[in-house]
Amino acid sequence: MTGGPHAPPGDPAALTAAGAARAMRDGTLTSAALTDAYLARIAAHDPHLNAYLTVTADDARAQAAEADRRRAAGEDGPLLGVPFALKDLFTTAGIRTTAGSRMLEGYVPPDDAEPYRRLRAAGAVLLGKLNMDEFAMGSSNESSAFGPARNPWDPGRSPGGSSGGAAAAVAADLCAFALGTDTGGSIRQPAALCGVVGLKPTYGRVSRRGMVAFASSLDQAGPLAKDVRDAALVLDAIAGHDPADATSADRPVPDHAAAVAAAGADLGGLRIGVPAEYFADGLDPAVRAAVEAAVMDLEAAGARRVAISLPHSVYAVAVYYLVATAEASANLARYDGLRYGRAVPDDDLWARYARTRGEGFGLEVKRRIVLGTFALSAGYHDAYYGRATRVRRRIRADFDAALARCDVIVGPTSPTTAFRLGERTGDPLAMYLSDIYTIALNLAGYPGLSVPCGLAGGLPVGLQIMGRPWGEPTVLRVARVYERVAGLRAAERA
Amino acid sequence: MQAAHPPSDLDAFELVVGLETHVQLVTASKMFCACAADADLAAPNTRTCPVCLGLPGALPVPNAHAVALAVRAALALGCTVHAHTRFERKSYHYPDLPKGYQISQYTRPLGTGGGLDVDVEGRAGHVRLERLHIEEDTARLVHAAGETRVDFNRAGIPLVEIVTRPDLRSPDAAAAYVETLRHLLRWIGVSTAAMASGALRVDVNCSLRRFGDPALGTKVEIKNLNSIAAVRAALAYERRRQAACLARGEAVAHETRGWDEAAGRTTPQRGKEHAHDYRYFPEPDLPPLVLPEAWLTEQRAALPELPAARRGRLVAAHGLRPEDARLLTRDRATADYFEAVLATDGATRADPEATPPGPGAGPAPAPATSVAAWITGPLFAALYARGLDVAAVRNHLPPAHLAALVALVASGVVTANVGKRVLGEMIDTGSRARDIVDRDGLAQVDDAADLRRIAEGVVAANPKAVADYRAGKTASLGFLIGGVMKATHAQANPDAARRAVVEALERSAGG
Repeated sequence: MTGGPHAPPGDPAALTAAGAARAMRDGTLTSAALTDAYLARIAAHDPHLNAYLTVTADDARAQAAEADRRRAAGEDGPLLGVPFALKDLFTTAGIRTTAGSRMLEGYVPPDDAEPYRRLRAAGAVLLGKLNMDEFAMGSSNESSAFGPARNPWDPGRSPGGSSGGAAAAVAADLCAFALGTDTGGSIRQPAALCGVVGLKPTYGRVSRRGMVAFASSLDQAGPLAKDVRDAALVLDAIAGHDPADATSADRPVPDHAAAVAAAGADLGGLRIGVPAEYFADGLDPAVRAAVEAAVMDLEAAGARRVAISLPHSVYAVAVYYLVATAEASANLARYDGLRYGRAVPDDDLWARYARTRGEGFGLEVKRRIVLGTFALSAGYHDAYYGRATRVRRRIRADFDAALARCDVIVGPTSPTTAFRLGERTGDPLAMYLSDIYTIALNLAGYPGLSVPCGLAGGLPVGLQIMGRPWGEPTVLRVARVYERVAGLRAAERA
Repeated sequence: MQAAHPPSDLDAFELVVGLETHVQLVTASKMFCACAADADLAAPNTRTCPVCLGLPGALPVPNAHAVALAVRAALALGCTVHAHTRFERKSYHYPDLPKGYQISQYTRPLGTGGGLDVDVEGRAGHVRLERLHIEEDTARLVHAAGETRVDFNRAGIPLVEIVTRPDLRSPDAAAAYVETLRHLLRWIGVSTAAMASGALRVDVNCSLRRFGDPALGTKVEIKNLNSIAAVRAALAYERRRQAACLARGEAVAHETRGWDEAAGRTTPQRGKEHAHDYRYFPEPDLPPLVLPEAWLTEQRAALPELPAARRGRLVAAHGLRPEDARLLTRDRATADYFEAVLATDGATRADPEATPPGPGAGPAPAPATSVAAWITGPLFAALYARGLDVAAVRNHLPPAHLAALVALVASGVVTANVGKRVLGEMIDTGSRARDIVDRDGLAQVDDAADLRRIAEGVVAANPKAVADYRAGKTASLGFLIGGVMKATHAQANPDAARRAVVEALERSAGG
């Protein structure tokens, strides 16, 4: 692929995680050298991209040296010594965690988030913390209190959001992979807009412990990666029951990397559902063309196309902005300036609350807190929150009915390619519609992945592949086959 | 004229009271984290973690033992326990609430219905319950020197909130309800229910209406009453205040008031200008709480026989008076102790290791009533004097020891007074009654030959008293009996001593 924002061939930062691990295993690369290569790229390119909020260079070099020692001692592992970065809402002991907000400016957590802890245990090397929409509320990274990350394909455009810094960093080879979170599309949409792979696992697959909460019943951590195989490797490292997260699933974790490795190029017998609602008005024609072509590629690989309908998905955005904001209004109540984070003193308690929260939160966060508070208020509770939760059940039932007739559902990840910074900030509704194809899946709780499917107007397009609960192996397999048959850059590099 | 509260006003209105009681459960750790739940014992803010401080990213994990204790409380109160329930968030801003919401239960509480039998001034009554739910405690605010500090040790300690229906009609009834509830919760071992430490806290809702009026009056809430006396006094004050208000033709304000212990009155609570809309919704960090039937059965089995049943059985099985049964069930340790005393062999013999004190029948078994009398009388008095309770003394005074002592007295080996003295030493040293009696030679002297010899000696040694007696001064008889008691170190049976003196006087007169 040409025109991409990637590291030049020969730069170890151009390697996928799996490729880098192989080179380290072969002895042609050390984690120290790889980490230095990434730090050099960060130093050179991040000032323009603003993908990183915090770079932990010294810690990274120390962790890389430790990984090299572990490898010298005979240890091996798919992520040992592989440098990565975290969306800045995973808590990191001793490293500031801002959630993209002034409210948490300077906040240093005491504990590591569980997915981060698992990656560190696997020997992965943390490069730093990535830009994001404030408290993950946004689809463009523009609600970040630290300025937006920029799309490496066109710095005048948004990388998407809320995991915009993560997608930009992976696309620009500023890390081998990143961990993001997806509440309404916040992994998949920026992955699509930046031309990388983004996976939102089934709700409960990955522990939420240590993720700064936005909407607890929707939030799920997942990888942004250079290709599908890397996404599977990262998922294997972070997935699995956490007794300290009561919503994490206590069920066995399949070997996702093995499912990807065994994918081959044949999808014979597989039924792919194509929902009419995902190809309706509002879909950019060039995006539609790229996605239609991808569906044909899947058919060419042996998959059978099944026309399906997700009739309640038209309500998904409305339901989401009631359920997510209601939960957020409670989740963000703790930021009162009394125990940690930003505080604006005042002799009067209520004035202190108002000033702390008034100055600490940005406009979009305030909008959602107000909306969620309203949705839960006496007299409106049933009409808004109550009805939204009932429609949410119907949305899930739609997916269940559809997934009884097909193995995966495919469609566009985003209705458009990357939009210009500032283009939608004045129109919240237009911004909310950026997630029109991703939100329903969070409401259902099911897994979905965005894989690059070509360019439209020189900008990446994402193909979304959605699966049954715990159906990540199938989703990853389909994505891997697509990646192979489409002959995309990431597969070539691996 | 506001100060006067004419009695006629009080007589015209009926007080209607409902109570909300917060009860801390006795668990090793908090409701949703592993922090120790010993707030009172620890220095401020030393029992905290990211979860109970509400740090970003922290998640709650329910304490299964706390749920078990809550279920036992609900069962003991006769509630319907719901196997499918859930936690909900109750939102409000206050410094004592680290997350800005309290994890509680609202639309689907753990228990609904049920009630508590409460005797008020000797009349049996029943207080119906609305609900019982689980929630987490808030932090404790400490106001001092113009500052307010927050101690998060208490934040997250498991609570149950028990809400009555408006079934109470007097300050005494409300006080009796709290007393009965406290007793029950301690009995089943789910809470210390100590009001002074805040393990049991009472909010009362009260209103007045004209007698016969079916509609309830305007409700006033009085928060955080921390003693039964405060419950009684605050309600009595509110009854007078509201009656005076209504008698003046004014409306009672719907408000929350606090109890000013020192001033002896309730005052409107400040800081309530923010009307509360708690915006409850299901806690998304916790899956629904589903209690398997087998687990519920285990909790039911873990409940001891409840106080009312226990009292009934003590009366029916052992022929106790109801008031003695009540005394013996003041706590479960005492009731268990009583029954353990009855169950020992020692209750039927003076000393299991001694040979029976004579040919023929041994001493009669000590009846339950006399064991009851020993526990509620001398034992309670001795414990009270020492600041102990039955549970604390059970090692020093095993049931068999008390049984043996009661049998020694019942069979006349020692007098009741000697028995009481011996009991004190048994408590203090753990000695057996028989050992103390033998060591100190305390056995009662009622051998007729001995007494006869002693009485003759006393009569011979006191000619003046004998002469006075014969001259009609009957008081001299007491003097002579006193001489016998003195000579026997008060171990003589008083009746036998009297008989011996009278006989000795007759013999000396005849001789």
